[in-house]
Amino acid sequence: MSSITMNPSANPADAPIAFYDLDEHDHPDGGSTMLGFWIYLMSDCLIFAILFACYGVLGGNYAAGPSPRDLFDLPLVALNTSMLLFSSITYGFAMLAMAKGRTRDTLVWLAITGLFGAAFLGIELYEFAHLIHEGATPQRSAFLSAFFTLVGTHGLHVTFGIVWLVTLMIQVGRKGLIPANQRRLMCLSLFWHFLDVIWIGVFTFVYLMGMLR
Amino acid sequence: MSASTHHDGHGHDHGAHGAHGAHDAHDDGSHGSLRDYLIGFGLSVVLTAIPFWLVMARPFADGPTALAIMAFAVIQIVVHMVYFLHMNGKAEGGWTMMALIFTIIVVAITMTGSLWVMFHLNANMMPVHDMSQMP
Repeated sequence: MSSITMNPSANPADAPIAFYDLDEHDHPDGGSTMLGFWIYLMSDCLIFAILFACYGVLGGNYAAGPSPRDLFDLPLVALNTSMLLFSSITYGFAMLAMAKGRTRDTLVWLAITGLFGAAFLGIELYEFAHLIHEGATPQRSAFLSAFFTLVGTHGLHVTFGIVWLVTLMIQVGRKGLIPANQRRLMCLSLFWHFLDVIWIGVFTFVYLMGMLR
Repeated sequence: MSASTHHDGHGHDHGAHGAHGAHDAHDDGSHGSLRDYLIGFGLSVVLTAIPFWLVMARPFADGPTALAIMAFAVIQIVVHMVYFLHMNGKAEGGWTMMALIFTIIVVAITMTGSLWVMFHLNANMMPVHDMSQMP
């Protein structure tokens, strides 16, 4: 398709004004990236909805095995939650530094965010190792299968978020806060805060409701 | 950009489409402010601490506690959406909000449908029938 379409008009006098510019407006680089990434996040939301529904259906099938009350350690979960919440606010500070064009501050806040994310993962892996050591493996009951799938999928998302964060720190360190890197940081911002939103669902429906079962 | 004044958000109109794209690239409101982040963080801490306290200290019975922590979760999700994800009806010509509403509807159908159907299935699978009395 040519960008300029001539109208084959019979009257040559009309010709100079009778054309249509089909492609005049330049789409700024990544002008639709944020909406596209948001739609990806919504599809990710559906994955978690299915896993939550699975947990809701299977969460009471202990197969005479341990129940949430026997397994979960709420102070540990509260610590974990605070790690993710702190990482959310420090990522916000990184975005504010980015908006002001301060490369160094952005990198420092991103590094702090990564450390909080790593602390979250460390605590979660410790919890999983503890459960498996006690014999509460994913094979033990439908409740534990659903639990490890849901919480493990969230943990996997956080893992890839940290990989992405380190990648972007290297990018920003080498190229600075160019528009492409700003766009990438904004996408990761959505991803990171979205994971915190999912974690609200996890600690409420899995851990807190589990203690009430 | 002669048509940058109209913002009707419909991609079919050439002028509006161009203006729409340019608007997105320079959307200063998408970062939020320090005040937004601090308000969001403060509210999140309170909205996280209360449900944990309700379950760890158990001042109320099971039923009201469950309802309360679910209400706190919903409020906290809205707080995160507004203060951290900067959701509003205007970003991207309203399409992020449309996508969110659509997702919420699908999630609601999936969750309530699964729980409802499976609950009834479990109830009907209970071995309560005495088969010797059947005709």
